[in-house]
Amino acid sequence: MNPVILYTILSLTAIGIVAAVVIYFVSKKFAVQEDDRIGKVEEVLPSTNCGGCGQPGCHAFAKAVVEAGDLSSLHCPVGGNAVMKQVAEILGIKAVERDPYIAVVRCSGSFEHRKKTNVYDGTESCKIAAALYSGDTGCAYGCLGMADCVDVCDFEAMYMDEKTGLPVVIEDKCTACNACVKECPKGILELWPKGKKDQRVYIACLNEEKGSTARKECSVACSGCSKCFEACRYDAITMTNSLAVIDPEKCKLCMECVETCDVHNIITANVTPEKIQAANEQRLKREERARKKKEEEKLAAEAAKQNTHETPPQA
Amino acid sequence: MSAGLLTVSPSPHIHTELTVPQIMRGVIYGMVPALLFSIYNFGLGALYVTGLSVLFCVAIEYAIARYLLKRAASIYDGSAIITGILLAFNVPTNLPWHIILIGSAVAIGIGKMSFGGLGNNPFNPALVGRVFLLLSFPVQMTSWPVQGATFSLDAVTSATPLGILKDGIRAGTPVDKLLSEMPSYTDFFFGLQAGSLGEMSALALLLGLIYMLYRKIITWHVPVSMLFTIVVMTGIFWLIDPTRYASPLFHVLTGGVMLGAVFMATDYVTSPFTHRGMLIFGVGIGVLTVLIRLFGSYPEGVSFAILIMNAFVPMINKFAKEPRYGVVKEKVK
Amino acid sequence: MKLHHKLKTFKLGGVHPDDQKISAGVAITPLPLPKVVTIPVAQHIGAPAKIIVQRGDMVKTGQIIATHEGFVSSNIHASASGRIGVIEEVMDSSGFKHTAISIRVKGDDWYENIDLTETLVEEIKLDPKEIVARIMEAGVVGMGGAAFPSHVKLSVPEGKHVDHLLINGVECEPYLTADHRLMLERPKEIIVGIKILMKALGVEKAIIGIEDNKQDAIELFQQLLKNESGITVEALEVHYPQGGEKQLIQALLNREVPSGGLPADAGAIVHNVGTTYAIYQAVQKNKPLLERVVTVTGKSVKQPSNFLVRIGTPVIDLLIAAGGVPEDTGKIISGGPMMGKAIADLDVPVAKGTSGILLIPKDEASRAEVYNCLHCGKCIEACPMGLEPYHLLLMSKKGNSQRAKEEHILDCIECGSCSFVCPSNRPILDYIRLGKTQIRKQKKV
Repeated sequence: MNPVILYTILSLTAIGIVAAVVIYFVSKKFAVQEDDRIGKVEEVLPSTNCGGCGQPGCHAFAKAVVEAGDLSSLHCPVGGNAVMKQVAEILGIKAVERDPYIAVVRCSGSFEHRKKTNVYDGTESCKIAAALYSGDTGCAYGCLGMADCVDVCDFEAMYMDEKTGLPVVIEDKCTACNACVKECPKGILELWPKGKKDQRVYIACLNEEKGSTARKECSVACSGCSKCFEACRYDAITMTNSLAVIDPEKCKLCMECVETCDVHNIITANVTPEKIQAANEQRLKREERARKKKEEEKLAAEAAKQNTHETPPQA
Repeated sequence: MSAGLLTVSPSPHIHTELTVPQIMRGVIYGMVPALLFSIYNFGLGALYVTGLSVLFCVAIEYAIARYLLKRAASIYDGSAIITGILLAFNVPTNLPWHIILIGSAVAIGIGKMSFGGLGNNPFNPALVGRVFLLLSFPVQMTSWPVQGATFSLDAVTSATPLGILKDGIRAGTPVDKLLSEMPSYTDFFFGLQAGSLGEMSALALLLGLIYMLYRKIITWHVPVSMLFTIVVMTGIFWLIDPTRYASPLFHVLTGGVMLGAVFMATDYVTSPFTHRGMLIFGVGIGVLTVLIRLFGSYPEGVSFAILIMNAFVPMINKFAKEPRYGVVKEKVK
Repeated sequence: MKLHHKLKTFKLGGVHPDDQKISAGVAITPLPLPKVVTIPVAQHIGAPAKIIVQRGDMVKTGQIIATHEGFVSSNIHASASGRIGVIEEVMDSSGFKHTAISIRVKGDDWYENIDLTETLVEEIKLDPKEIVARIMEAGVVGMGGAAFPSHVKLSVPEGKHVDHLLINGVECEPYLTADHRLMLERPKEIIVGIKILMKALGVEKAIIGIEDNKQDAIELFQQLLKNESGITVEALEVHYPQGGEKQLIQALLNREVPSGGLPADAGAIVHNVGTTYAIYQAVQKNKPLLERVVTVTGKSVKQPSNFLVRIGTPVIDLLIAAGGVPEDTGKIISGGPMMGKAIADLDVPVAKGTSGILLIPKDEASRAEVYNCLHCGKCIEACPMGLEPYHLLLMSKKGNSQRAKEEHILDCIECGSCSFVCPSNRPILDYIRLGKTQIRKQKKV
């Protein structure tokens, strides 16, 4: 054999052996001891590393779950109950079911409803615009429309509607990872329970200004008229600073409030128009009954008043 | 009242006049003297090579941006034109068109666009193209046409002064004997020597440097530190043994040193951010150039030196910081 | 010819925008009282003032209508007499809505004990503590733009030794001429103001720093101070942002304020000439801060002017007095072109920190095309704090607050030099501001 080739083979082999020995010792010496359940848990996780669980990534979540040994405060929103059940099985602990959530856009101030009052010419970023001023429309609460939320979404579950200038959440893709909620400087995105049969109802406005001011800025702003508040039978709607807010925990999805809004800004998802119609009729009937009852009471009270002039009417 | 809506944006609300297209135009203006001299020297061959190189570079950048990356063509900023001219400056004027095409494709395609276009390339694109051509087509890339003005017209090609020097020293001929057969330093300064298209005339390149310094397009740091290092290092060797090493003046005036110092090493994208970093960068190029010239197998080392130092730029950026207001004092306390 | 290299200036960075002082030759004219003044209660850095009047109350000019909440806060006075109107959130020059008190102006009936004569009162009767108390009472804040309450600056923390008072007559922002005019028209009052400040601080030396493009002001002060010991005038090179507190200290004293520290750590206190004049008014005349000089300027403004304006006057009144809003106006800025805020609403009231109203024509109002970073290093060259703006931009964009903090992002004075010089038109300062806000938010959490 040619000596050059021989020497080459020999020297390369020697280098290889030395390197292998070094690597072997280094890997032994610096081996990281880790609970093997962490790896198993990590395998069933969606490995999106989105951070929706509050942990920096799927590995950190797996570690946290194994260390905690309890699922009451840890939940993977992306995998949902199915994945959490698997995790519970691996660790031999009880699974904790959670209702699935979805992000909702709480602003309806489209181009048509909200007139521009100035032209923003800074960096195309909602966060930068929000730090600069209250926005390019009169409404200081509304969507700035520069798609920070869309950019941050790891699941391609959002897009900007070019006609309205507002972001749209794609229901099937949203994993409720919370990234867009954290990103939005105006707090327009919110995680909302997906609801029974995926039905939801929410008010798409955050404007807390006086009704007249708010309406001047945006034609679908909540004016704080309280009609929906009065219509709700379950105390699920609260009025704060002339803004109506639905509490999803209390809401029974009866849909009776939907038609009370004179700017149609109580938004429903996956609810048929028939149901809304029926709910509205039911509400109207109930109100009619209440009105009649009130009238009757009034008449009765007046009658009572006439009968006994001296005694004051009972409250 | 004014018609229309008012614009709102974060401060500052005014901006300097010197923007990317202006800067690129300024660099092109800076290259005009060297190009004119080259045309004067080599005739239409220089114009032909430069024109082809620019055309290929712009066309390739346009094609890549448009059809491969599917984004707006970035050719209007003028950087592709600069790359084209610089590539032409680095090749002989008798280069066939297909080699120029390959050089342009490598410079723009591999040197620049593969990293994301202007601003993202770690290596000077023109030099990437040049070195690729030098390694792939060594014969064509080192057969320098002879200027019509000074040398006899029948000789088609000749070696560069650096090439003659290297070969002569290898053969054992003393330096002063080699030099006595070459044009004088004054001729070198004005550009009467064999070499690549744009690297011959130190005078023309200096004019470009002065123009770019005046327009505040570049700062003095890189060219001065690079030239200074070359002068000092070659000076030391020259003083040690003048029969084996040529004088500093010879080294500065021949080969690609001036071209490299003025147009190649000062490229924004591939040089460090801070003045301190630029000084380190210039010194590094100087040292490597001298080492390659004196001890390497190639007669010329500027291109390699710049490319090697390009690779060190991220590290230089990390460590060569400017002094900070109020920070040093804090540490003293 | 002036020998420019002899002039002092700060050492690091800086830029030279075209100074455009088109209103420099126009004397200060008082603007007539508006029909309604709208006075925000948060015109200063620190806690908003607490409102002590109610709708329907009658107030006199100079009467306190909102008192300071805590030490770092400032009193707010009625800038005209009349009846208090609605108290609601209005858009102010910050770009956000804040609570403001409106006064429907009826005449100009001044509150008692305010000396409205023009006579110069030179004798300083009050002792240092009384001076600070009077300045606090009069609601004086820094009038260069930042609106930091002046009494806080005068209360030097224990253990810090201040040996120099620096008076900021630099006015390095292009276009603005309010301070320049004030120096030309009220120099004697400013000198008394300086003496008041020197007495309050117990310092022996004061330096007035004026940029070289205001030769007349430099000469005027040199002449007036011929026989004064302790107060000197220093002509400075025209160099933005020399009016920054830290830059002025470096230019005049060659000292640096430590990172995260106060000017007092470098032995100096800086006050603006406008503030000094307001302090003279407050201490010698008992007149609270309720009016200020505002430059109204711009290339296409018919009559570039310097107005003496009551706080709370809507911007539109100033624009009308300066010949109306030109057709080609694309942007209106409250303050100078480098650090001012663009406003979208012309009813925004003039506040204590409003130094000018600048109209930018449409063709200059929008930002130019953004290119990739060329690594030219011009932003580093321009940064007066020696930071690496391009790097801070990247870290802010990635949300890497920790690294940004290590790179001293919080030392940024937001002068805008980096964005100004960037040949690629990159929005460097936009992102640095974002990075700073993120860090501050994290601190709160």
